[in-house]
Amino acid sequence: MTTSRAERAATYGILGLFAVIALTPVAGILSTALADQSSLDTGFALPDGLNWSNFADAWTRGHFGRYLLSSVIVAVAVVAATTVLATLAAYAFGTMRFPGSTVLFYLFVAGLTVPQEAVIIPLYFDLRHWGLTDTYWGLILPQTAQSLAFGVFWMRTYFRSTPRSLLEAARLDGATHFSTLTRVLVPMGRPAFATLTVIVFMWTWNEFLLALVMVSDEAHRTVPLGLAFFQGQHSSDTALLAAAATLIALPVVLVYLLLQRRFIQGMLTGSAKE
Amino acid sequence: MSGPAGAGRRTAAAHRLRDRYRRRAPGEPRAVGYLYVLPALAVFSVFLLWPLGQTGWLSLLHWDGLTRASWAGLGNYRDLLTDPGLRAPFAHAAVLLLFYSVLPVAVGLLLTAALTRFRIRGMAFFRTVLFLPQVLAMVVVGVAWRAVLAPDGLLNDTLGALGLDGLTRSWLGDDTWALPAVGAIGTWVETGLCLVLFLAGAQRLPRELYEAARIDGAGPVREFFTVTLPGLRAEVAVALTLTLVAALRNFDLIYITTGGGPGDATSVPSYEVYRRAFETGEVGAASAMGIALTVVIFALTVLVTRLVEGRGR
Repeated sequence: MTTSRAERAATYGILGLFAVIALTPVAGILSTALADQSSLDTGFALPDGLNWSNFADAWTRGHFGRYLLSSVIVAVAVVAATTVLATLAAYAFGTMRFPGSTVLFYLFVAGLTVPQEAVIIPLYFDLRHWGLTDTYWGLILPQTAQSLAFGVFWMRTYFRSTPRSLLEAARLDGATHFSTLTRVLVPMGRPAFATLTVIVFMWTWNEFLLALVMVSDEAHRTVPLGLAFFQGQHSSDTALLAAAATLIALPVVLVYLLLQRRFIQGMLTGSAKE
Repeated sequence: MSGPAGAGRRTAAAHRLRDRYRRRAPGEPRAVGYLYVLPALAVFSVFLLWPLGQTGWLSLLHWDGLTRASWAGLGNYRDLLTDPGLRAPFAHAAVLLLFYSVLPVAVGLLLTAALTRFRIRGMAFFRTVLFLPQVLAMVVVGVAWRAVLAPDGLLNDTLGALGLDGLTRSWLGDDTWALPAVGAIGTWVETGLCLVLFLAGAQRLPRELYEAARIDGAGPVREFFTVTLPGLRAEVAVALTLTLVAALRNFDLIYITTGGGPGDATSVPSYEVYRRAFETGEVGAASAMGIALTVVIFALTVLVTRLVEGRGR
C-alpha cells in the first residue's frame, strides 16, 4: 500500500497527542503524590525529589490502610459470590432446558440496564430495617446482585460455546451433571472466569454511591468513600490527596496492565446484549 | 426396506433410546435446572428486582423518609415535567450526552478515518494508554481533574503561560462553564474507549474493500462513508450504548467535582436522586426521578440498537 512518509508521521503524531492527553491527569496525580507537602497550590505539583512520605501519611493519617482492608474484604466477597452463583445459574441456562428458562435468563439480562439510582433508595431503607447498614453485608449483597446480571450473561455465553459432544462424553463416562461442571467445564473455562473476575473486581473496587449511602461509620469505609471524605476535610492538602488517589487506582491499574485484553473484552461485551 | 415386524422392533428400540436420552442427556428438560438457578435468583431478586419494584411504589408517594407517607399518585411524575427544578437535571443530562457520547464517537470516527490508511505499529501501546481512563475509579478521575480545572490548576497555568490570561477562570465554579467543564471530563474518559473500539474494528475490515474503493477513484471522504463507516456499525452501537450509560450515571464525578453547583448548574438526575432522597427528604420525588432515569436509559439503549443495527438487516 502506498502511504507517504508525511502521512505516517501525521498518524503517529495524532495517536501520540491523544496518548499524552489521556496520560496527563494521571501523570499529574503521580507527580503531585511525590511532591512536597507544604505546597499550597491546589493544582498539580512537580516533585523536587521522591517524597514517599505522602503515601505513608495517607496510609496512617488518612487511615487508608484500614479503608484498603475494607475494600479488599468487600471485593473478594463480591467476586467469589458472583462467580459461584453466576456459574451455577449460567450452567443451567447454557446446557439444560426447563420451562421458563428463557424468561428467567432475560430477567437477569434486564438487570444490565437497571442503574443503581433506581434501587438505591429502597435498598437503604430495607437494609437499615434488617440492621445491615454499616456492615460489610450491606455492601456485598447488593453489589453481588448487580454483578450477577453481567455474570450470568457472560458465563452462559461460555457454556453455550462449549461443544455438546464434550458434555455427552462426560455423561457417557458416568459423570453427574454437577461433576461435569466442576471437573470438565470449570477447568476448561479459565479465560472466561478471568474476564468475569477482573470486571467484577474493578466494578466493586471503584463503587462509590452504594458505599456512600450504606456506610456512615469509619470502620466500614471503602477506599473511594475514604477519598471523598478525605477531599472534604483536606481539600488543600493536594499532595496527600494525590497519594491517596494513587493508592486507590493502583490495584486496578496493575491488574489492567497484566490482563488488559480481558478487561477490554469484558467491558465491551457488557453492552453488546442480544 | 425390511418387513413391518423389523420396523416395529426398530421403532421400539428408538423409543427406548429416546426415553433414556430424555432422562439423562444434557440439553433436555430437567427440573434440576431450577436448583442451579435458585441461589443466584434469590440474591438477584431480593437485592435488585424487589428494590426496583419498591422504587416504583415509593415514586407514587409523598414521603420525607421519616413520618407517615401520603398518596401522591402520578403527582411526582407530573412534577418532573412541570417543575423547573426537576426538569433542569434532565436538560443538563442532555448536554452531557453531547460531551460523553456524541463528541467521543465523532472524534473516534474522524480519527479512525484518518488512521486506517495503513497498519499501525505499536497499537498495543496506544490501546493500553487510550483505554486507561476507563479503569480508573471516577472519584480518582474527579480528584485528578479538579487539579486540572482549579483556579490555580494546570489548565489556567497553561493558558497563562500562553499569554491567554483573559480566558482563565474557576472552571468548576463558573455558572456558564461548570457544565461544559464536567462534560469535558466525560469526553476525556470516553474518547479513548471509542478510538480503541473503532481502530480495532477498522483494522479487521478487509483490505480489499479499501483497494476496491481506491480503484473506483474514491477519495478519503468517500472511502470513509462507503467502507469504514458501514463496516464499523456494530462498534458504533457498542460505543454509543456504553457512553450514554456513562453520561447518565455520572453520580461519582458530579459528587466529587461540583456537588451539582454552582447553584444547580451541574445538577443531573443521578445526583438529584441521591440529594433529594437522603439530604432534603423528598423520597417520592427522588424515586420518580430514579424510575424516569431508568426509562430514559432503556429507551436510548433500544433506540441506538434500532438506529445503528436495525438498518440494513
